[in-house]
Amino acid sequence: MARNVTNKRKIINTAAAWTVGLLIFFPILWTILTSFKTEATAIADPPVFLFFDWTLDNYRVVQERSDYMRFLWNSVIIAGGSTFLGILVAVPAAWSMAFVPSARTKDILLWMLSTKMLPAVGVLYPIYLIFIKMGLLDSRVGLTIVLMLINLPIIVWMLYTYFREIPGEILEAARMDGATLKEEILYVLTPMAVPGIASTVLLNFILAWNEAFWTLNLTAAKAAPLTAFIASYSSPEGLFYAKLSAASTMAIAPILILGWFSQKQLVRGLTFGAVK
Amino acid sequence: MATKASRSAARLMMAPAVVLLLGWMLVPLCMTLYFSFKKYLPLRGGDLGWVGFENYVRFFSSSAFWPSVQATLVIVGGVLVITVVFGILLAILLDQPMWGQGIVRILVIAPFFVMPTVSALVWKNMFMDPVNGLFAHLWKFFGATPIEWLSQASMTSLIIIVSWQWLPFATLILLTAIQSLDSEQLEAAEMDGAPPLSRFGYITLPHLSRAITVVVLIQTIFLLSIFAEIFVTTQGSFGTKTLTYLIYQRVLESQNVGLGSAGGIFAVILANFIAIFLMRIVGKNLDA
Repeated sequence: MARNVTNKRKIINTAAAWTVGLLIFFPILWTILTSFKTEATAIADPPVFLFFDWTLDNYRVVQERSDYMRFLWNSVIIAGGSTFLGILVAVPAAWSMAFVPSARTKDILLWMLSTKMLPAVGVLYPIYLIFIKMGLLDSRVGLTIVLMLINLPIIVWMLYTYFREIPGEILEAARMDGATLKEEILYVLTPMAVPGIASTVLLNFILAWNEAFWTLNLTAAKAAPLTAFIASYSSPEGLFYAKLSAASTMAIAPILILGWFSQKQLVRGLTFGAVK
Repeated sequence: MATKASRSAARLMMAPAVVLLLGWMLVPLCMTLYFSFKKYLPLRGGDLGWVGFENYVRFFSSSAFWPSVQATLVIVGGVLVITVVFGILLAILLDQPMWGQGIVRILVIAPFFVMPTVSALVWKNMFMDPVNGLFAHLWKFFGATPIEWLSQASMTSLIIIVSWQWLPFATLILLTAIQSLDSEQLEAAEMDGAPPLSRFGYITLPHLSRAITVVVLIQTIFLLSIFAEIFVTTQGSFGTKTLTYLIYQRVLESQNVGLGSAGGIFAVILANFIAIFLMRIVGKNLDA
């Protein structure tokens, strides 16, 4: 910014922004802190902020009592698998729309987007029924497919916006030099598209990890990912704040870290290019 | 120019995505439509035949319908107002020169990455619990009687939780839009003696209008179908039964599939109504 900013104003800005930032972040911070307390300290009156005997006990107990790793593994498989499948289907589609656009490309893109707007509850029973009939209820395969389908429009859109930024002349040059379609995609396009694909993978993984309609309704004990595992804490027995916090911290930590890398892509991915 | 061969190759490459999404959209939707005209009770006799529009009539005339519409409007409206207003203020604040801007940004965005079940349960237990929650401690500290948030102020509580989740999204998009504002315009206005409020009202706000529209439309579509937040907090009691939750209860809890499906079709039509506006904006941008 070209304007001269006085130091005083900068100090006020900094103080205000940090206060608001910490206030918004506080619930997460409080959860992380509580996860290191004993159950008694967790509900101490008045609340203890930093000065308590830190313990890792909750993390051990959560794992031992509920086999936390299994839920974590389900989340990884379902979020990772749906992202992988989605990319597999979306890359060719986005490629053809970006480089061989036809008169209908725009309509197809918008139509794909419109499927994302379909309220899940409107198709809950049919999906539930299909899952029962095909033996997919409470299976990782079934959930992976559903999450792939609900996020496919976002993947196609994101890839499309990234691919469109790749200059078509480079592809034409490769074609002139005798590259086949396969070679063109493999050796020319892919290296240039890797950053875009990586961002798409990242955002989609986050969305799939946090999805909490289908994961709650289509799983029980076997295929339940972390979203459903955490939901089981809604009817707790006895003291459980510290354990809830430990389980929560483990469930959100990986995504918080991934999320920090994807802030920029978030805008692109979730506004479908309508805000730049 | 694309050759004929590459055109047919392109069509072939598009096919899997198109076919999958077409199937995903049409098959369940047609089934819902089919069920909505049937008396269908899987646990009490199964398919009991065609009933015409009876499910629709019963869904719209049931005593739960209007309260659920009201609950949906209050939650969606409340969250939209809070996230857009505070989102604009936050975006302007974060756009100012300061120390540690990157870190503050991360702090503000973080809630968006917290899974809905975690944020709802953390708020429910560790903040809103009338005995051990932080709010209760805070209220007692000031000599007030702690509120039983999720029963006495159920809607407010849900709006707080959901707003906390969506404020980062609004802020991030509005911040992106603000950063594309030409600062010379603001400087010129400042030199001409325009006070800060007019600069905001005549330059910043009009510049943001499109981003605000996009935020409102996208959030509306997602907010109409919030589920987990209600599922783990009130389970739809204390007046928090939104349309989505009502349909969920009809379909899966009371297994009245015909009735639930009629509601489902209504939800689909409602969402499409909003989606059309969003598509127009997105589509316009696609041409540019």
